[in-house]
Amino acid sequence: MIEIEQLTKSYGPNHVVKDVSLKVPTGEIAAIVGTSGSGKTTLLRMINRLVEPSAGTIRIDGEDTSSQEAHALRRRIGYAIQGHGLFPHRTVGQNIATVPELLGWEKARVNARVDELLDLFQLDPDAYRDRMPSELSGGQQQRVGVARALAGEPGVLLMDEPFGALDPVIRQKAQEDLRAIQRRIGTTIVMVTHDIDEAISLGDRVAVMDDGCLLQYAPPAEIIARPATEFVGALVGAGERPYRMLSLIPVGDVTEDGSAEGKAISDEATARDAVAELLWSRRSSAPVARRGEVIGRVRLDALLEMGAAPA
Amino acid sequence: MRPGLVFRAALALVLAAFLIAPSSFAPVFRPFTQNDAPPIYLQADLLGLAAQHALLVVLAVAVGCVISIGLGILVTRPSGREFLPMSRAIANIGQTFPPIAVLALTVPALGFGPAPTFVALLLYGLLPIFENTLTGLSSVDRSVAEAARGSGMTDRQTLFQVELPLALPLILAGIRISTVISISTATIGSTVAARTLGEVIIAGLQSNNPAFILQGGLVVGAMAILTHDAFTWAEKAAARRAGRRVA
Repeated sequence: MIEIEQLTKSYGPNHVVKDVSLKVPTGEIAAIVGTSGSGKTTLLRMINRLVEPSAGTIRIDGEDTSSQEAHALRRRIGYAIQGHGLFPHRTVGQNIATVPELLGWEKARVNARVDELLDLFQLDPDAYRDRMPSELSGGQQQRVGVARALAGEPGVLLMDEPFGALDPVIRQKAQEDLRAIQRRIGTTIVMVTHDIDEAISLGDRVAVMDDGCLLQYAPPAEIIARPATEFVGALVGAGERPYRMLSLIPVGDVTEDGSAEGKAISDEATARDAVAELLWSRRSSAPVARRGEVIGRVRLDALLEMGAAPA
Repeated sequence: MRPGLVFRAALALVLAAFLIAPSSFAPVFRPFTQNDAPPIYLQADLLGLAAQHALLVVLAVAVGCVISIGLGILVTRPSGREFLPMSRAIANIGQTFPPIAVLALTVPALGFGPAPTFVALLLYGLLPIFENTLTGLSSVDRSVAEAARGSGMTDRQTLFQVELPLALPLILAGIRISTVISISTATIGSTVAARTLGEVIIAGLQSNNPAFILQGGLVVGAMAILTHDAFTWAEKAAARRAGRRVA
């Protein structure tokens, strides 16, 4: 659990972050979204004290972050950044081993951890351990960057535009992978992004920042349905609202008993994907399958109902 | 085998042979003498002279490295940034002030011998090492330095484990320039009684013997070329280790 209370950062008379308070429960993903200059990155960097707060407190699992040396604190907090920041003179394995080695783990434990993480990020340890970062593709570098951030088994992972340097196709895959890995290991994640789509699809909660102020901090559905200010509304985009709502709902939630014709839709797909599929194939309903087995059907009008403003 | 490597190996062999047994090269240098003057400089042991020449250069460059790299590190730290203009000025003055003038100014204080030459070489060699250290350290990718700090490295660990290894190829290039310049500049030390290979050249000038001038110049030149090549090789190795692709 991360508790941020009345956090402020000023450079002279300029307040970059103004009186921000928010809590991130253990095991959740908080996505901070805002335009450049909104203070979102400064807010993130205050959590691991790459930037020292001017006022306010941050507690991680009840412990004040200012109560220990900054570098010791950072070894307990994962940090992944845009453009990965891998050490070009160290192998993939050595990069991932950075924090465990700073923590003074035994060699055998470090090596086991490196291989475990390479496996987790779908990189064959024997093939990738001794490669140099320059020999990897952009997507692989990004995965190694996140693997390095997780190597010290941190309870908290901070991510600054982690997918910013990836092209859209790889980016979506990387986001899905991160979600899956996060569910598995249960790390609390705070991520910064300028992309509202990314914030809505990854965040359990979305924090919208503008000009140093936290405008709204709520689950994605609430951000979409009840934007706190005009700025939040504009960020979500009035024309996009129904589709964003639909993208939050799994098809499984709209499935009913019955049968339908044609190709089945996975119950894990989003309602948005299901609407697209039905429109495209000129159908009014489709079968829903869970791991290949049909469990019911989904109707277009039921799906469309989900895209309406909440009463 | 590459022709460049063969040439360098041959050059090193010839240099070694000449320094160990200079008299055997007499027929080579005889055409450059007049009136039966001696073709080979034998007033001093050439090998010993070359060793003292090299030692003077190594000492001056080593101390120059400590000062220049130290200053380069200092002015790239947040706490030392304000020293940047001053450090630049010191290194620039060292480079622009002619070494011969440094000799003239330091002899009254330090006396004749190797000391004034050491000071002249030291001052003359500061700038390339300092500027290259500065460029090397400030060209380390910001996201890499940021990742080092974010991973929990202390400032010292970031410097020694990340910044310096990545800056090493450029720092080595600075040391190379400085060393090669010093090898040739050290010859002027002989004018103030430092034992360097300049002695051979000056003896040639005084006795009007082109063979002495030629062999003094060739030995210094060969040492400079071989040193240059050794550093270039080390720079490439360091660049590879820094994860850069080397052509």
